[in-house]
Amino acid sequence: MNKSVYGVVHAVGDIIIQNKAYLSELDQAIGDGDHGINMARGFESVFIKVDGLGEGKDIGSVLKTIGMALISSVGGASGPLYGTAFLRAAVPSQGKNQLESETVGQMLLAAINGIKERGKATRGEKTMIDALEPAYEAFESARLSGKTTIESLEIACEAAKKGIEYTKTIIATKGRASYLGERSIGHQDAGATSSHLMLKAILDYYKE
Amino acid sequence: MKKVINIPENVVEEMLQGIVAAHPKYIKRVEGFDVLVRVNSPIDGKVALVSGGGSGHEPSHGGFVGRGMLDGAVAGAVFTSPTPDQIYEAVKAVDGGKGVLLIVKNYSGDVMNFDMAAEMATVDGIIVDKVIVDDDVAVENSTWTIGRRGIAGTVLVHKITGAKAETGADLTEVKRVAEKVIANVRSMGMALTPCIVPAAGKPSFVLTEDELEIGMGIHGEPGTHREAIRAADEITSDLVDKILAEMPLTNGDEVAVLVNGLGATPLMELYVVNRKVNEILCGMGVSIAKTYVGNYMTSLEMAGLSVTVLKLDAELKQLLLAVADTPAFVQF
Repeated sequence: MNKSVYGVVHAVGDIIIQNKAYLSELDQAIGDGDHGINMARGFESVFIKVDGLGEGKDIGSVLKTIGMALISSVGGASGPLYGTAFLRAAVPSQGKNQLESETVGQMLLAAINGIKERGKATRGEKTMIDALEPAYEAFESARLSGKTTIESLEIACEAAKKGIEYTKTIIATKGRASYLGERSIGHQDAGATSSHLMLKAILDYYKE
Repeated sequence: MKKVINIPENVVEEMLQGIVAAHPKYIKRVEGFDVLVRVNSPIDGKVALVSGGGSGHEPSHGGFVGRGMLDGAVAGAVFTSPTPDQIYEAVKAVDGGKGVLLIVKNYSGDVMNFDMAAEMATVDGIIVDKVIVDDDVAVENSTWTIGRRGIAGTVLVHKITGAKAETGADLTEVKRVAEKVIANVRSMGMALTPCIVPAAGKPSFVLTEDELEIGMGIHGEPGTHREAIRAADEITSDLVDKILAEMPLTNGDEVAVLVNGLGATPLMELYVVNRKVNEILCGMGVSIAKTYVGNYMTSLEMAGLSVTVLKLDAELKQLLLAVADTPAFVQF
């Protein structure tokens, strides 16, 4: 099967849209219940904008288009955070049609730093960073020990999954969940969940 | 769910069309955007005020666009902060060359989206500044949270800041007044029933027949705790106590009061609550310069209310009592 950045964009969007109700349900428990709805709307806009680019665009251009589409259609906190993440990830991948392992690592780091700057959050606050930062660290560790991109991504996904489980155990100190204080313990973060879903969708697409 | 809507996806669009159709002498729509501005925007020589947020809080904020209050209001998806491109269009549409002040309620999404829009407008050379409203005393303001939420007190920020802007004051002055209101306004809410976001199709949380949620925000998100329902006077006393704990008042102080319905609570009940608020404050020797009772910042069909107390000085009082003429707020 011919893999392309266009294909993976659809794979990621499809997973998010399929999990719309689940993500909203998670967000209901400790938020306002719209994470899935907003992200699904965002990716529907992403599909239109990315497909409208025409063929042959480099990966960076596609990621930038995703970022802008999410920023202008998702709203809430997820729009600026994911939008910034994709815009930042576009920088190391500018002009490229294939990605070496090292570049993927740089893209993950750029995305995470974008989220941290925009959202002013760090690890341990029960956010998407608690899935993404462990994923990045696991990816880099695997990559530097000689694993392939796919192998490293698989290990990264597992780390993200563990990150989600970790978010269940801690108090939220960012976002709407922070209003709940201790009541937020026991619930997993919706943003961490959607982050993991995206990484998993990318992994599954390239593993096929 | 039973709602008087067509398909959920079209709710905000159809609502905006309906608002403009109802109030054509006050507001117009920025073509292609979910933005309402004064019919005579942009107004030269005046700082312009832009606010907004998720839809579902009507009349906030589009209902307050007009003389003496806002110049523009941005409507996001229900309970979702609007995106930067929308806010940016509002800023461009109202900028009269004297700068634009964004009045932003303190929620992560609102703050980030308004910030990004301000960055975009600044690139165009428009002078933009912002204030963040955080009147809700329910959530502890500490380094362990993202800070207090902005709720119905925001309407008083719109009113007083709007009056100041109408005088032709510069942006620094207008912002100073807005910050003064924010520093002196405190609110606390509660809810009896949840609300249903049209796209979600089911209630945001479940309360039993005799429960109420204290510290309820305006998006259907859970509050600080639940308790059994009690008489109005007891609930009201608790809400006012919590407000006074954060903003002590003494004999001789002067305030404004806003008893705000969240959507489904009858005016009758809001007035019952106001009776008690009035009794408590007057009992302390506090005089009430102005009272507002009604639905100012709702949460769809949530039953419940919030009480807002604004501590006044001579400047704030004069601006509060100044003329305003908007679809949802008329004062002469």
